Amino acid sequence: MSVTTTNSNNASSAASGANSPSQVIVREKEAIRSWKAPISFAVFAALGVVLFWILGRDAVSNFRLSTDTDVIQLASVDLPTQLTGIVISLALILITAYSFWLSVVKRPTPIWVVTVYGVLFMVGFLTWAGAGESILVPGLLLGAVGLSIPLIFGAMGGIISERVGVVNIAIEGQLLAGAFVSAVVASVTGNAYLGLIAAMAAGMLVSFVLATFSIKYLVDQVIVGVVLNVLVLGLTSFFYSSILTENSSLLNSPPRFDRIEIPLLSQIPIVGPVLFRQTLIVYLMYIIVAVVAYALVKTKWGLRLRSVGEHPQAADTVGINVYMTRFWNVSLAGAIAGIGGAYFTLGSVGSFQKDMTAGAGFIALAAVIFGRWDPIRALLAALLFGFATNLQSVLAIIGSPVPSEFMLMLPYVVTIIAVAGFVGKVRGPAASGKPYIKG
Amino acid sequence: MSDNKLTAEVAETKPAPPSRWNVALNEILSGSIIISILSVVLALVVGAILIVLVDPKVATASGYFFARPLDTLGSMWDSASGAYSSLFQGAIYNFRRPDFASGIRPFTETLNFAAPLIVAGLGVALAFRVGLFNIGGRGQMLIAAACAGYVGFAFDLPPVLHLVVAIAAGLAGGALWGGIVGLLKARTGAHEVIVTIMLNYVAFYLVSYMLRTPGLLQAPGSNNPKTAPINPNAILPDLLGTTYNLNFGLIIVIALTVLVWWILSRSSLGFQFRAVGENPNAARVAGIRVDRMYIYAMLLSGGLVGMAGIIQVLGTVPSGFSSGIDAGIGFDAITVALLGRARPWGVFFAGLLFGAFKAGGFAMQAAEGIPIDIVLVVQSLIVLFIAAPPLVRALFRLPTPLGEHKPVSLRKPKLKAVAR
Repeated sequence: MSVTTTNSNNASSAASGANSPSQVIVREKEAIRSWKAPISFAVFAALGVVLFWILGRDAVSNFRLSTDTDVIQLASVDLPTQLTGIVISLALILITAYSFWLSVVKRPTPIWVVTVYGVLFMVGFLTWAGAGESILVPGLLLGAVGLSIPLIFGAMGGIISERVGVVNIAIEGQLLAGAFVSAVVASVTGNAYLGLIAAMAAGMLVSFVLATFSIKYLVDQVIVGVVLNVLVLGLTSFFYSSILTENSSLLNSPPRFDRIEIPLLSQIPIVGPVLFRQTLIVYLMYIIVAVVAYALVKTKWGLRLRSVGEHPQAADTVGINVYMTRFWNVSLAGAIAGIGGAYFTLGSVGSFQKDMTAGAGFIALAAVIFGRWDPIRALLAALLFGFATNLQSVLAIIGSPVPSEFMLMLPYVVTIIAVAGFVGKVRGPAASGKPYIKG
Repeated sequence: MSDNKLTAEVAETKPAPPSRWNVALNEILSGSIIISILSVVLALVVGAILIVLVDPKVATASGYFFARPLDTLGSMWDSASGAYSSLFQGAIYNFRRPDFASGIRPFTETLNFAAPLIVAGLGVALAFRVGLFNIGGRGQMLIAAACAGYVGFAFDLPPVLHLVVAIAAGLAGGALWGGIVGLLKARTGAHEVIVTIMLNYVAFYLVSYMLRTPGLLQAPGSNNPKTAPINPNAILPDLLGTTYNLNFGLIIVIALTVLVWWILSRSSLGFQFRAVGENPNAARVAGIRVDRMYIYAMLLSGGLVGMAGIIQVLGTVPSGFSSGIDAGIGFDAITVALLGRARPWGVFFAGLLFGAFKAGGFAMQAAEGIPIDIVLVVQSLIVLFIAAPPLVRALFRLPTPLGEHKPVSLRKPKLKAVAR
C-alpha cells in the first residue's frame, strides 16, 4: 500500500491505515489555509488601482538605465504613465486573484510570486511618481545599496548572535562603536585598513560586555542590549563633544576607502556599476553574507552554533561547551557589526558625527526578524529598507506628487503590513534570550 | 570523595542555624538596597574618571607630573568634584542662593524632568510585565502630544473641562498608537519589536507633516513647523506658584503610579497580565485570553507613555511644540523601567533619579563645560551594575546570598578523573 500524503486524502488514508496493519508510516500533513498573503495583495492592488489608474497622470515617465561613463550604453525607456499604470494595476489584480485561488486550494503563496508582485508594484509606483520626469535607475539602486550596507552587516551580526542564543539588541551600539573607533584610529594612523580592524575590535568589545553580562552574570539579554546602546551613545557623544570637535584635524578626519572597479563585472549594464564599483567594505560584505549563509547550515561550526541556540542542554550533553560557543560567536557577531559601523565613516561620510548611526541598528534588528533569522532573507529585507529610504530622496529631487513625509513613511508602513501579512508568527531560535545554567 | 568526608562536609554546611544578627547582616550586605547604592557609586566613579580624562587642565598638569605630582592630583580632584558639585546643585539644592525658597528650585526642576520619565517608564514597565517590549515610546508620545496639543490650542472650552478633554484626547491617541501594536500582535502574531520601531518612524513623519500643514497643527500665519501656543484653559496649572516650573503633571504621575501598582498587584486584570508575562502558554491553558491581554496591555502602555507627551505639551512647553517634543523620553523610559525592575514604585524612584541627572546635567554643562552626554554614560552604567549583582558583589567582596546562582565560569572545565 502506498503512503498517501495529499491533504484531501488525509482522513481516508488515516482511516485505511487503521484498518490495514501493514501500513507503517502515515505522514500527517496539516494544510493551513492562510489568507494573509492574498489580503495583503488585495490592499496593495487597491492602492495601485487608485494611484496608478484612477489618479493616473497623463504624461511620459523616462527611465535612464545607464550612466554616461558606462561602456555599454542602454537606451533610456519612455513609459506612457497612464497606460503603464493601467497595465500594472491589471497585473496586480491578476496576481491577487491567483493568490486567492491558491489559498482556496490550501496552498501557500510562493515567495517568487511575492517578489514579482513587489517589483511590479515598485515599477508602477515609480512610473506614476516620475510622470513627466526622468529617473536614473543605476543611481537609485546605487544609493539603495549604500544605505543598506550597514544594515546588512548589523543584520548578519544579529543573526549569528541570536542563532547562538543571545538576543542582540546592541547592534546599534556595535555599529556606533565601530564608526567612532574606526574614525579615530584611521585619522591618527592615516590608514583606513587599521581603522577597519579597529572597528571590528570595537564591535567585539561591545559584544564582550554583552556576552559577559548575559552569559556569566545571567542578566536579561534584552536589558544588557538596551543599556549597551545607551552606554555607547553616551561614551561616543561625550568624547566627540569634549575631544573630537577641538582636535578634528588630528582625530576626526579619517582617510576613506577608494572605490575598486572589478574588471568586466563592473561593465554589466545596470548591475555592474551598482555592485562592482564599490569600496572594499562592500566586497567584504558579499563575502561575509555568502560565508555566513553557507556555513550556518553546512559546516560543523554552524551546526554547533544552531544547536546551542535551539537546545543548549542537548548540545551540552554531546560535549559542546555552551558558554564558550556562545561567548565567541557573540564576539564574532560584534566584529561583523563593527565593520558595518566603519562603513559610516570610512566608506561614506568620512568624519564621525554624534549619533551618526541614527537608529540603523534597530532597522537591522527589524531586518533580522523580518528575514526570519536567515542570512539571505535578512539581506533582502535590509536591501528593501535601503531601497525605500533612498527612493524617497530620489523622489524628493524630481518632485513627488505626494507629500514627502508620506514617502518617508512608506517603507515603515510596508514593513508593518509585510510583518503582519507575510511573515506572521515568526519563531526565533528556541533558546534565544534564555541564559543557560548548567546543571 | 569518601563517605566520611562527605558527612563531615554536610555537618559543616549545616551547623546550628546562623544567629539573627548574621542573617540580618547578610541580607543588608547582599540585598538589593546596598547593591543599588554601590551601583550608583561605581557609576559615578567611572563618570568621574571620564571627566578627568578629557579635562584639558588635568592634561596640562600631567605634563609636568614628575616635577609636581600634587598639581595633577589636585586638578583631577578639582575637575571631578567641580563637576559633581554642580550636578548636585543643579539637581537638588543650590547653596549659592540666599534663602531656602530659591535654593530648593533645582529640586523642583528635577521633579519636573522626572514626571514624564516616570509615567513613560510606567508604560514600558507595564508592557514588560506582560512580556512585551515596547520600544515605541517615541511614536506614542508624539501622537499623544499631537492629539492633546490640537485640542489644547484649537478648541475653546471652559477652564477645567478644556484640560480634561485635552488630556483625554492625548491618552486616546497614545493608547491607539500602542493598541495597534497589541492588535497586530494578537491577530497576526507580528513581532511587537518591529512594529513599535516602525510606528515610531510613521508617527514622526505623520506629525512632521501635520506640523507644516496649515489647518492641521501649524500655527496660523506661520511658516515654521510649530504649533500655536496652548490655550491657557488647557495648560496644566502650576503647583507652587509661578516662581517654580513645577506643574500639576506631577500629581497625575503620582496618581498613575498608584493606579499601575493597583492594576498590577491587586486587580484581576493585573493577575492575568502577569500570568501571560510569566508564561503565555500556561496562561492560555489556565483559560486566560492571551490575545486580549496583549491588546489591553498595549492600550494601557501606549496611554501611559502618551501621558508623558501630554505633560510635555500641556505642562513643560505650552508655548507650542515641534517634532522634537518627545526629547528622547521614549527611549529613556526603557532604561527607567529597567532600573525600576518593572515595579511601579521602583520606576517612580528610578524616574526621580534620572530626572535629577537630567536637571543636574544641564547645570553641569553650563557651569563646567562638561558635555551632558556623560549623564547617559552614568545612567546606563547604573542599570548595568544593578542588573548584575554578582559583579558588584565581586568588586566589593560582599557575600553571595543563599539560593542565588553563582556567576557562570566561562573557563573551560578541567577534566577530572572520576573514580567509579
